[in-house]
Amino acid sequence: MFKPSFKPKKTYIDLSAVKKTPVTFDTREGNFPCPACSVWLSEAEKIQNNDFCPRCGYHFAVGALERIYGVCDENSFTELDAGLSSLNPLDFPDYADKLAKAREETILMEAVVTGTAAIGGHNVAIGAMDGRFMMGSMGSVVGEKICRAIERAAEQSLPFIIFCCSGGARMQEGMLSLMQMAKTSAAVGRLHAAGSLYISILTHPTTGGVTASFASLADVIIGEPGALIGFTGPRVIEQTTGQKLPPGFQRAEFLLEHGMLDLIQPRLEMRSLLVRLLNVHQGGNHDQK
Amino acid sequence: MTRNKFEFESNYRLLESKLAELRDLSVTLNCDFSNEIAKVEKRIAELKAERYRHLTPWEQVLMSRDLERPMTRDFVELLCTDFVEMHGDRLYGDDPAIVGGIAVFEGRVVTVIGHQKGKDTKENIVHNFGMPRPEGYRKAFRLLKQAEKFSRPVITFINTPGADPGVGAEERGEAWAISQLLLGLSQLQVPVISVITGEGGSGGALALTVADRILMFSNAVFSVASPETCASILLRDVKRADEMAAALKLNAVSLKDMGIIDEIIEEPVMEPLLSSQSFTQSLRYSLKKHLDEICGTEIPDLLEMRYQRLRKIGRFHEIQ
Repeated sequence: MFKPSFKPKKTYIDLSAVKKTPVTFDTREGNFPCPACSVWLSEAEKIQNNDFCPRCGYHFAVGALERIYGVCDENSFTELDAGLSSLNPLDFPDYADKLAKAREETILMEAVVTGTAAIGGHNVAIGAMDGRFMMGSMGSVVGEKICRAIERAAEQSLPFIIFCCSGGARMQEGMLSLMQMAKTSAAVGRLHAAGSLYISILTHPTTGGVTASFASLADVIIGEPGALIGFTGPRVIEQTTGQKLPPGFQRAEFLLEHGMLDLIQPRLEMRSLLVRLLNVHQGGNHDQK
Repeated sequence: MTRNKFEFESNYRLLESKLAELRDLSVTLNCDFSNEIAKVEKRIAELKAERYRHLTPWEQVLMSRDLERPMTRDFVELLCTDFVEMHGDRLYGDDPAIVGGIAVFEGRVVTVIGHQKGKDTKENIVHNFGMPRPEGYRKAFRLLKQAEKFSRPVITFINTPGADPGVGAEERGEAWAISQLLLGLSQLQVPVISVITGEGGSGGALALTVADRILMFSNAVFSVASPETCASILLRDVKRADEMAAALKLNAVSLKDMGIIDEIIEEPVMEPLLSSQSFTQSLRYSLKKHLDEICGTEIPDLLEMRYQRLRKIGRFHEIQ
């Protein structure tokens, strides 16, 4: 193999190439602009490129199942607690319609999918939130499913991995939603006491009650590049404080700089990172003999 | 409560002014209406009290935000002796939106932590309108750990619009600070009792409301988000906050039905809370009663009950 005689240059993302790709405005029907660089793409181009923008590497939103399949060993995922569905406990106006619409659009019953799977041969309890389902908001069902997944991990000495994506607590279930923050956090307490490894991956966007509960309580907190992560949403901050927000505010890179994340990992390399973490934790439970 | 807080008060004011006219007239004409006047006066007061007893959810929201409501320091002064306030999170600063320290309540040394709003705009700027920053939550966490070390029960007083929605709060990890408290309180090895005294605003209030017992004042509210926020997001019209206040079921009666709170402490009608002896007595009595109960429980049992209490919250449908 050819060995360079000089010290190889550190590899950075080559921005010059990115800039050279012209911005296209192929506004044919079904095409859409990349939210980051405004290049127009077709669905086929997006899928071909693994849900990234071919020009700037923007991570497009993906559904809960895609996330799970993206990191788990083939055919290893078993969904659990799939029979849980939301009621309208407060008789909140329009809630039933919104639920029906979300179910129809996403073919999911709720904003989180949980179950067990294997990653690199290690058994894990895993969950992924789906931002398309009422903005991934956490109501009774989301809280209950996450709690059950965490409790299962604690009981069976499994590591717990969750992909977070949420606008916060679901307003339509009122205080029942808010209390899910406390409920899931208490469950994480039991997970830690049981000695299970807990990895939380914060994807775009993770805000509000989810960030302020189980999402932030993991042993390892990983951000996806460019993901918006915070407690109060940027629009509300701008409105209430009247301050112009600094560029990059509340993005994963900003949070890493401020000490809130362990690392940022691009989506395509997420599986290899999880395998590495599970390997060094010997399956993720230090009590295991 | 003497100021004109609600629109409906102007109706009663009108009645009262008419009555004053009658009184003047009786003097001018030199005829004695004093019996009749006294009767009408009584009737007006009754009607007004009756109306105050049936506030709408939105009126309760406004009531819960009233700056005349007593705050944590007032409750400590009323209920406790030997209060020593403790400051600072040992990491960054001290947050005046949360006060905490140790005090003696009914012969028991307790740790007291609670939100603190100001009584006027000037004070409110100091206390950041009762909206804690991460430092406040970290101070609370530190005081909880201190309580645990010395086996002191904890009393928290809740009255906040929510956590501070500022750039600095985000930079210093507001979400991380709150989540630490939620987990920390769920495992704290001492009894915890919370009293929602005013506005229970979202996660910023919940952070101090994970407890073995939760008491709530009859005109206090506790909500997933403010009715204004819900109205602006769901209805795109802030002016319809009153509709949202009703839909969110955020008052004490609804929350007791949902099993989120344990006991409602009835507020006096048209009287400042702390001047009402029956109110202060029932607050003291309830606090003591619940504290005696939870202090008499073995800690492992208490923690299991605290966990199960949270665990069962939520309503859903399940098909096997």
